[in-house]
Amino acid sequence: MSTKYETVIGLEVHVQLNTESKIFCGCSTEFGKEPNENTCPVCLGLPGTLPVLNKKVVDYAIMAGLALNCEIAEYSKFDRKNYFYPDLPKAYQISQFDLPVAENGRIEIETDEGIFNIGVTRVHLEEDAGKLIHEGSIDKSKGSLVDYNRTGVPLIEIVSEPDMRTPAQAKAYLTELKMIMEYLDISDCNMEEGSLRCDANVSLRPVGQEEFGTKAELKNMNSFSAVEKGLEYEVKRQRQLLEEGGEVVQETRTWDESLNKTISMRGKEEAHDYRYFPEPDLVPLEINEAWKEEMRKEIPELPREKYKRFVSELGLPEYDAGVLTGDKDMAVFFEEVLKDYDDPKNLSNWMMGEFLRLLNENNHSPFDSGVTPLNLARMLKLIDEDVISGKIAKEVFEKMYNSGSDPETIVEEEGLKQISDEDELENIVDGIIAENSDAVEDVQNGKDRAIGFLVGQVMKETRGKANPGLVNQMLRDKLMD
Amino acid sequence: MIDKKDVEYAAGLAQLKLDEEEKEKYTEQIGEILDYVDKLSELDTDDVVPTAYTVPMKNVLRKDEVQESLPREKSLANAPDEKDGQFRAPKIMSD
Repeated sequence: MSTKYETVIGLEVHVQLNTESKIFCGCSTEFGKEPNENTCPVCLGLPGTLPVLNKKVVDYAIMAGLALNCEIAEYSKFDRKNYFYPDLPKAYQISQFDLPVAENGRIEIETDEGIFNIGVTRVHLEEDAGKLIHEGSIDKSKGSLVDYNRTGVPLIEIVSEPDMRTPAQAKAYLTELKMIMEYLDISDCNMEEGSLRCDANVSLRPVGQEEFGTKAELKNMNSFSAVEKGLEYEVKRQRQLLEEGGEVVQETRTWDESLNKTISMRGKEEAHDYRYFPEPDLVPLEINEAWKEEMRKEIPELPREKYKRFVSELGLPEYDAGVLTGDKDMAVFFEEVLKDYDDPKNLSNWMMGEFLRLLNENNHSPFDSGVTPLNLARMLKLIDEDVISGKIAKEVFEKMYNSGSDPETIVEEEGLKQISDEDELENIVDGIIAENSDAVEDVQNGKDRAIGFLVGQVMKETRGKANPGLVNQMLRDKLMD
Repeated sequence: MIDKKDVEYAAGLAQLKLDEEEKEKYTEQIGEILDYVDKLSELDTDDVVPTAYTVPMKNVLRKDEVQESLPREKSLANAPDEKDGQFRAPKIMSD
């Protein structure tokens, strides 16, 4: 019988914090500037300069720690991580080694297979490194060009416990982390732009074995799908190796998106010995209860709690709650509308249907469009009060989206009011009956579906403005007596 | 205490090139320093919290405010080599 293997995955996630200035100097963190425009003696590591810590960076790290259910350190300090690489002008990175800002947290994730708790080992602060452009490929180039704009941009590194057992769990964990950071509004979390980066430790072990197998460290996964695909490939590779009686080598591997496989980086980097030691240029941090409490107040309801509340208190299906809370602005918008409207499911249908369709078409986020939460509430009430039909509402909604007008004005100006007046409909209904004798006969012979056809004809005649329920009733009254 | 291999390893990490004579000399000197520091382990420190920082200061922080950066010519002024507004570093990977 062949051995069954269990996958063990841990993730290291770097999150760029969206402060205005860098972590240790006043240079701007703005993305997309000309190379080396955002540099100064401090972030260039010129002799005689001293770093001074940005308070907001610590605020954000505390918020992240609290949101990940961590213990916040009362005493924390910075350390130097030494290595030679041109992306670091000082030949060391200021990071945190043994006393990170936060430790021992966990978050809840959900996949198709259920709900899991994933441990968060630590959250620590560090500075980002610069960007290298190699002249040709890294191994063949004669030189590399260095842009230090990113050097000193604040990062938090979030290290998970090796608690994930499938690539899908790893993806769910990363998605949950991203959502939490977005709800906290401390990062742009854009994987393509590099403000969210993910490395993974992957190993396999025979089911039932306590001890971990030899791991590979996986880098360069630049999108959510790359994380899942890279991990799936690596799990398959290791399983095949083990089943053939081979051994996994501890090494760094890089995910190659174009080749759809992981490639060994062995031999391309030196053995790591970072010679960490306390950063003498920065004094320690003491985080007291008051500071922690101040930050706790800044934390909004987090996505997982919101999701559960949408299901339990608003009675939304889990699917709806997932879509709405998956994007912070979507959830905020939804709740804004609910202040003036009390049918969550109907609202959810509109948000996930017409609204999301238009947002995607225009590449907008919810608050970019002409639709305000109050105007959406008013439009939904117009439907509920039979002033406009659901069909016409789609037309009204699109006009609201593009023009920013309120629904009443649009309905008035475009003459889109639903016709719910029997006298007004009488002639039209009679006309349709006269023109469609076959369908009329069918109805009279008990074919109920033919009624739908006649209602449709009236709707067409009135360009969707007739109240379909009323038309239906009128037809029945006229034909079935 | 330490041998020549340790010195060679440390020199490698620091990217220092040492000749044989220097290796011998530093092995002896660093060994003496380590022996001297080792005296500290004679003390009982079981109940002492490790010292992370020796100056009695904490929480030196600045506001998150953007200050002017250096003009780019100045940032690049000391660069031994530059191209297109960027520092040019020599070949990274050895053959």
